[in-house]
Amino acid sequence: MKARVTVTLKTGILDPQGKAIEGALKSLGVEGVASVRQGKVFDIEMAGADKAKAEAALKDAADKLLANTVIENYRVELL
Amino acid sequence: MKSAVLVFPGINRERDMARALKLASGKEAAMVWHAETALPKGIDLVVVPGGFSYGDYLRCGAIAARAPVMDAVRDFAAKGGLVLGVCNGFQILCEAGLLPGVLMRNARLKFICHDVHLRVERSDTPFTRGYNAGQVIRVPVAHGEGNYEADEETLKRLEGEGRVLYRYCSAEGVVDEASNINGAANSIAGIVSERGNVLGMMPHPENHVEDIMGCTDGRGLFAGLVQHLEQAA
Repeated sequence: MKARVTVTLKTGILDPQGKAIEGALKSLGVEGVASVRQGKVFDIEMAGADKAKAEAALKDAADKLLANTVIENYRVELL
Repeated sequence: MKSAVLVFPGINRERDMARALKLASGKEAAMVWHAETALPKGIDLVVVPGGFSYGDYLRCGAIAARAPVMDAVRDFAAKGGLVLGVCNGFQILCEAGLLPGVLMRNARLKFICHDVHLRVERSDTPFTRGYNAGQVIRVPVAHGEGNYEADEETLKRLEGEGRVLYRYCSAEGVVDEASNINGAANSIAGIVSERGNVLGMMPHPENHVEDIMGCTDGRGLFAGLVQHLEQAA
């Protein structure tokens, strides 16, 4: 079973990397970019077929390691 | 003072730290590998040194914070044992939940490696008793992620409880934007835990302890710890 965990910065948290990327996009002439916030994507292959179990395990993984919930939100998707 | 210095893959300041500890206490520090599940007996101080544990993968300090030895450190801290985290060590302590908040990317995105001035905010703690309150010391920093952030409530608590022990400042001791090298909230360079027994700081006091280093301002921190433990004994 394929799964994806997306980790993004919470709103209000300053994101200097996103700001730098935003500046670079603007200097490349990419039009219409209002703002950029960067994050992380984890593509995870889960063994077994129990969706509920997999989702619970991935939430556990995100809480324990993949995200720092002080500053980050995460989203778990089973693909 | 009997100290233990934790060693994680990718750490690179553990020898500097052990040398500073020996200089201050006269005792050789025990080097403790991250896979250990217990600390050596009779330890007074655990130090989490600086470097790039696990190549800073995922987030700085995130993987080291989940190493087996950290459970032992958590128990040690819960019993009131003294823990010092410097640079990557500070990041590891935050990730391990031993200190609040997080160290974010430096506001101007650059790795900063030079001397900075710190104002010692109070002198009545084990980690600052070697200095006077308001004293300005000069120590080096070397980090890309030292921008301390926490939510408003946490910052209010830290300030209200006097838990900010070191702050970036000018050579004259003025805390202003120009001296806040990494954009840290309230110019915070070092904080202690609620009980006051766990200190995390970004600058490297262990690198200013001998004349050959050009400055010995870092000595006070280690001398203060030795003094504190001698008095407690």
